[in-house]
Amino acid sequence: MMVLLFGGVSPLAEAQNSGLLGNVAIDGSSTVYPISEAAASGFQKQYPQVKVSVGISGTGGGFKRFTVGDTDISDASRPIKDSEFKAARESGINFFELPVAYDGLTLVARKSNTWLNELTIEEIKTIFLAGSAAKKWSDVRKGWPDEEIRIFAPGTDSGTFDYFKEVVVGKTGASLRSDMSTSEDDNVLVTGVSGTPNSVGFFGVAYYDENKDKLKSVAIVNPKTGDAVSPTPETIESGTYAPFSRPLFIYVNSESFKRPEVRKFIGYYLQNAPKMASSAGYVALPASIYKEAMMRCRKDKTGTHYLTPELEKRTGPVTEIYQESNLVN
Amino acid sequence: MSGNDSHGDSPLQGQSPDASTTEAVKQQAEPVTNGAPFDASKLVTSRNRITKDIRFRQMCIVTASASVLILVFLLGSLLVSGLPALSWTLLTGYPEPEPENAGLWPALMGTLWVCTMCALITLPLGIGTAILLEEFTPRNKLARNVLSLIQLNITNLAGVPSVVYGIIGLTAFVSMFSLFDDADSTDGPSMEMGAVYFDQFSNVASDPFLNTGDADARERYFLIPVDSRGAPVTVPKTGMLAYENGEAGFATVEILAIDPFTDEVSADADIMSRTIDNTSTPGRISEKQWYYLRLPFGRGVVAGALTLMLVILPVIIISTQEALRAVPATLRAGALGLGATPWQVVWNVTLPSAIPGIMTGAILAMSRAIGETAPILIIAGIVYIRSAPQHLMDDCTVMPLQIYNWIQRPQDEFHEIAAGGIVILLAILLTFNAVAILIRHRMQNKLR
Repeated sequence: MMVLLFGGVSPLAEAQNSGLLGNVAIDGSSTVYPISEAAASGFQKQYPQVKVSVGISGTGGGFKRFTVGDTDISDASRPIKDSEFKAARESGINFFELPVAYDGLTLVARKSNTWLNELTIEEIKTIFLAGSAAKKWSDVRKGWPDEEIRIFAPGTDSGTFDYFKEVVVGKTGASLRSDMSTSEDDNVLVTGVSGTPNSVGFFGVAYYDENKDKLKSVAIVNPKTGDAVSPTPETIESGTYAPFSRPLFIYVNSESFKRPEVRKFIGYYLQNAPKMASSAGYVALPASIYKEAMMRCRKDKTGTHYLTPELEKRTGPVTEIYQESNLVN
Repeated sequence: MSGNDSHGDSPLQGQSPDASTTEAVKQQAEPVTNGAPFDASKLVTSRNRITKDIRFRQMCIVTASASVLILVFLLGSLLVSGLPALSWTLLTGYPEPEPENAGLWPALMGTLWVCTMCALITLPLGIGTAILLEEFTPRNKLARNVLSLIQLNITNLAGVPSVVYGIIGLTAFVSMFSLFDDADSTDGPSMEMGAVYFDQFSNVASDPFLNTGDADARERYFLIPVDSRGAPVTVPKTGMLAYENGEAGFATVEILAIDPFTDEVSADADIMSRTIDNTSTPGRISEKQWYYLRLPFGRGVVAGALTLMLVILPVIIISTQEALRAVPATLRAGALGLGATPWQVVWNVTLPSAIPGIMTGAILAMSRAIGETAPILIIAGIVYIRSAPQHLMDDCTVMPLQIYNWIQRPQDEFHEIAAGGIVILLAILLTFNAVAILIRHRMQNKLR
């Protein structure tokens, strides 16, 4: 009786037009989630009998499940870490590393803030590093008000936090200051920054785009050219918005990839990634990257590009790193 | 009986200030003043006493109406923002990326499955435990100690944050202390029943990663039954018979297996559509019956329901105990005196008169279960799924999780439909409660 009661198909279910069956299990970053959701939704309109499920356990939580073989695809807002790579190796899991979009990590201030227009990397370090953390804005740059710095940041478990930390801290092993107001919900950060004078916060560019009436973005001085650059689709794609433009990935278990429904799904994902990325508020990667990603799958080239054979981190723009010669398996 | 009526009968109100001065104040004042003559200034104290009473009543009214006002405000703001977002699509649609097409049908079904399962498991268990603790007094010291230990545990468990239960549920129900093989891993669960396995091949034309040159052949997928989940992988051969899952159900098809890079590709679209890459590995898929069972449970409806059971069990037990305690001892004594066995007393006397109280506890507990997000996020972790659960081990999501996901999104439109989702959640909650209240009402009438 329960089946009759609860198992009913939604009245909006579409007519089936393909016999493809099976399951695709996705878990991981909530930043990548909107893209994966769009892919799952579009794919299931073509293949209604394939069951795609998408979770939001976070990049780290997703890899934990992926590296033991629980999921077919892992969403990640940062490249795989050496510890996660080792875990995958131990359980004999090989994967394709496929970049799907760019995200511009955006530093924001209140709309009414008149003086905070740009920051250099050095100044960002003065604000965020645990040891040298400046208490007042006047300590960061001369002429800025003698007011306390209030910071709103994503939760420490998120890939966004990890990425920001990596850029700011680098390989020094220092940590970020602990007196920031953190939240897993980026909308809380939006409210926090827009309601607090002399505050600064950071999150993905999608949240800034939706709240341009309340927030302004802080331009970042490109360490190479010395120009202050604001996050726009153009500057994020060209890489001039450095170093805060980051690629988002999906990792695909190569064993799962042999299954027809997973192959089909990944094919759909890569073909539609540019469109899905921009409608989710992100920036599409150059077409050459998607082509490269297709080739990795077609030629069965597994492994990560973001670790050296000694499992050291590789950093740089995705166009330089995503080369077949950089593959480490 | 309303609160106001009882105030009318209260002795304090019945007394006039004059009457109280004569008796009560004098008596109180005497020991202090050590037999001094009547002091008129004490009248002030008496007036204080009365004003204190009035103040207290006013304070009660203020706090009571404040809580009602807050509730009205909450409901009002919720309805204002939620009602415009309500639509048929929201109720019956799938979680699409476009907010105007998004709905929470799978989450709604998930919530109904999980909460119904949870109620079916928890109510008998909780009420049973409460009856043991209240109605059957232990006869020896050991049993007494065991029961008081259980009692202590239950009272403590009521205060544990629900995330902790999520983690317990992950160990105890999802992986079952790793006593069995991982249910989600490629090797599959240790024990299962109600599943049939197939190897699914795609034809050459449908592989997005193969260049076959022939775009005319349509996509087709072929199923070859295998004995079990762990059976060896089927190697495709020309002439093999396979099932095809078509519009008119399953049909049998003869397949061809070639190497698309070396063998000649047929120009005939029909033959081409039945051709499989002979090096391709099939995907092992399963058809599961509604009674599908596996050990360990893995992530799914049952694991979620059992975890919610942990969250609400203490609430049910404690409220049932209170309800049983409220049954007059004379009723039990009377029944026992007439020669009823303890079982007959519990079943025919105590339990029926305690049902109203038990139902109140059940309402509170189920309200908590239906709104619980944290443990389900750990157990299910899924927010996008396009189907309602089909069996007890099926993946599912629940409404609070779907709403949480929408609120987290950057777009305002998602926040609006999230408000609509909350209204639907509230409506379901009220329906659950209405059923419980109905049962309570029936039982109360019966008792009279």
